[in-house]
Amino acid sequence: MSLPALPLLQQLVVLLAALVLFLSFVLLAQSRLVSAIHAFAWQGALVAAVTAVVAVSGDVHHLYFSAGLTLLLKALVIPAMLHRQVRGLALERHTEPLQRPSLAIMAAVGLVIFSSWLVLPMVAEELAFTRNILAISLAVVLIGFLMMVVRQQAVAQVLGFMSIENGLFLAAVSATGGMPLIVELGVAFDVLVAMVLFGVFFFQIRESIDSLDVDRLNRLSETAEIAGEDRP
Amino acid sequence: MTALLLTVLAPLLGALALALVRTPAAGGWLNLAISALTLVAAGWLAWSVALEGDVVGRLIGIGFRVDAFNVYLVVLTAFVGLTTSIFSRPYMRHVRAEGRVYLGGMRVYHSMYQTFMLTMLVALTTDNLGVLWVAVEGATLATVLLVSLYRTPEAIEAAWKYFILCGVGIALALFGTVLTYFAAQHVDFGALAEPGAGLIWSSLHAHAAALDPTVMRIAFVFLLVGYGTKVGLVPMHQWLPDAHSEGPTPMSAVLSGLLLNVALYALVRFKMLVDGSLAATASPHLAGALLMGFGLVSFTVAGLFLHRQRDIKRLFSYSSIEHMGLMTFAFGLGGPLATFGALLHMLVHSLTKSAIFVTVGHAAHIAGSQGIEKIRGLIRTQPAVGWSLLIGVAAIAGFPPFGVFTSEFLLLTATMQAQPWLTLPLVTGLAIAFAGLFRHLHPMVYGTPPEGQQPVQANMIPVVVHLGLVLWLGLAIPGFLAQWLNRATQLITGSSLL
Repeated sequence: MSLPALPLLQQLVVLLAALVLFLSFVLLAQSRLVSAIHAFAWQGALVAAVTAVVAVSGDVHHLYFSAGLTLLLKALVIPAMLHRQVRGLALERHTEPLQRPSLAIMAAVGLVIFSSWLVLPMVAEELAFTRNILAISLAVVLIGFLMMVVRQQAVAQVLGFMSIENGLFLAAVSATGGMPLIVELGVAFDVLVAMVLFGVFFFQIRESIDSLDVDRLNRLSETAEIAGEDRP
Repeated sequence: MTALLLTVLAPLLGALALALVRTPAAGGWLNLAISALTLVAAGWLAWSVALEGDVVGRLIGIGFRVDAFNVYLVVLTAFVGLTTSIFSRPYMRHVRAEGRVYLGGMRVYHSMYQTFMLTMLVALTTDNLGVLWVAVEGATLATVLLVSLYRTPEAIEAAWKYFILCGVGIALALFGTVLTYFAAQHVDFGALAEPGAGLIWSSLHAHAAALDPTVMRIAFVFLLVGYGTKVGLVPMHQWLPDAHSEGPTPMSAVLSGLLLNVALYALVRFKMLVDGSLAATASPHLAGALLMGFGLVSFTVAGLFLHRQRDIKRLFSYSSIEHMGLMTFAFGLGGPLATFGALLHMLVHSLTKSAIFVTVGHAAHIAGSQGIEKIRGLIRTQPAVGWSLLIGVAAIAGFPPFGVFTSEFLLLTATMQAQPWLTLPLVTGLAIAFAGLFRHLHPMVYGTPPEGQQPVQANMIPVVVHLGLVLWLGLAIPGFLAQWLNRATQLITGSSLL
């Protein structure tokens, strides 16, 4: 079954999901921190839109609620918190170009292909919809990982972490029609707490190494001397 | 049901109350009292499980189920939680007196201690795989601020590493959980099933054969990497030595003694589902084989790393990785004997390792450093600490007559029966680990103490109780405990040992 033969609402979901994936690429390559936060907010809004469309097409009531929750959390609250922290750390003008942007993008493309290949045997042939969505969500998750690897800046790493959450949520909503409400609430709570803690750590890291470049957190290793000898 | 409610609510209310207590001394006592209450509730829960079988309950829409497998871990968690809180009270007072913790830090510490206990107990008792994930992730969030409690650059680095690695790892476990839910989408759970039955472990287990094997196979890989990060399996173990060495010592004791167990518990639960699903396919033992591989690699690598450690807490955290690897291997091997051995090993390892961390905390106070080279002549300076360290390490290295010997002996026997050629790397690994521990231990315990080294005020009750229990388990496993572990074995493998 090819994609044009799907019901319109499902095609819309696939389109929105593809845009989510596109924004993952934007996040990966965006060197300005503030623009990256905006891209993340748009990604969150799109995931909320996917949730809403799935809710309409399947008439699943609790998904309306999680669509609102996602919009609030991923598109408004978390980006706003990140914005405030970036302002507090005076990083508005911070840019951090990737070392080898083309290589990173190629790697991301490779991850998309890998995800499609992995999902291929999992879902029966006739379920083109589920298969595409699962592949896209897995790709979003993996690109989030890639972002955490190639970016050295703590805020950018947190964006990678949060986009992983977006990918997971996309998978849960579109492949399975949403996790039970209590689980979704729990996950949302964890994400929010994690964000608050990340904020605390930005300031702690800045205090300790005078920068947010986490590559410079390198005191602990197997061969390092025992630092701070007088500590019990 | 009341017992279950009390077990979960005691740490919850405790965490809230402790967030309000301003004086550190009162916080320490309250922390102890709440831990004691939790242990009483856990004991009551175990009693009702023993008498009436599985305890099932619901609370704010979350299903709970306590069976023979998790109830013993609940009691163990509550017990180690109590003894560590006994140790933590004077220890943290000492740390405070040195001015290493800011005043508000003590409130954070006590409140997060109970939050951590809450997440552990919820993760163990819940029947919902989604809630299990939320609780395990919550455990990371609760402990991450404790790892950075001392605010040194090292502590902040360790906490960041812990946060990122475990956060990312556990995200993979959530993907695996979503895939499990997906695999269960077309399963008919019967007319009476509640909505969302695809995440309820007990209903999944009852219908495991109907789960789509292709999806479950991929899901398990994600779950293994995800929860495996928390278990500390090599190569995802990087956070573990850092977090253990930089955080406060009571935290190291509960991380090693409890958190690693709970993550492994989650893996075993999922393995039971995957085994059921793959039973009819060409590769029925895939999950077991993966666990065995990861377990054996962790076991060997951690044993080798023991030799080059210079920080005493890092030394024992590598020893934890080694033992977790051994347990993972044993659960992967399957069969009643190996599973029984692994369950027993979980128990004795938690007891011994938390006793060792308590002793190490005192030893580091005596020497004024965590550096192995700085810790010398403990027996001469303070015999109680020196002997405890010696006996604790002897126990963890697997000397008879301690319980670790018994469980390792069972594991070796099981391996000999099932996969004879794998006995060789196991025995070699045990010997390497033994040598690694003792080469560091000898000078620390027997060497000449530096000038002016003074004994410290030490509370050795938790150590004596833990090591006494481990000795008892090595000499004779009490009948009720053997029956108990046997019931858990029966649940996991389908056949009983005794």
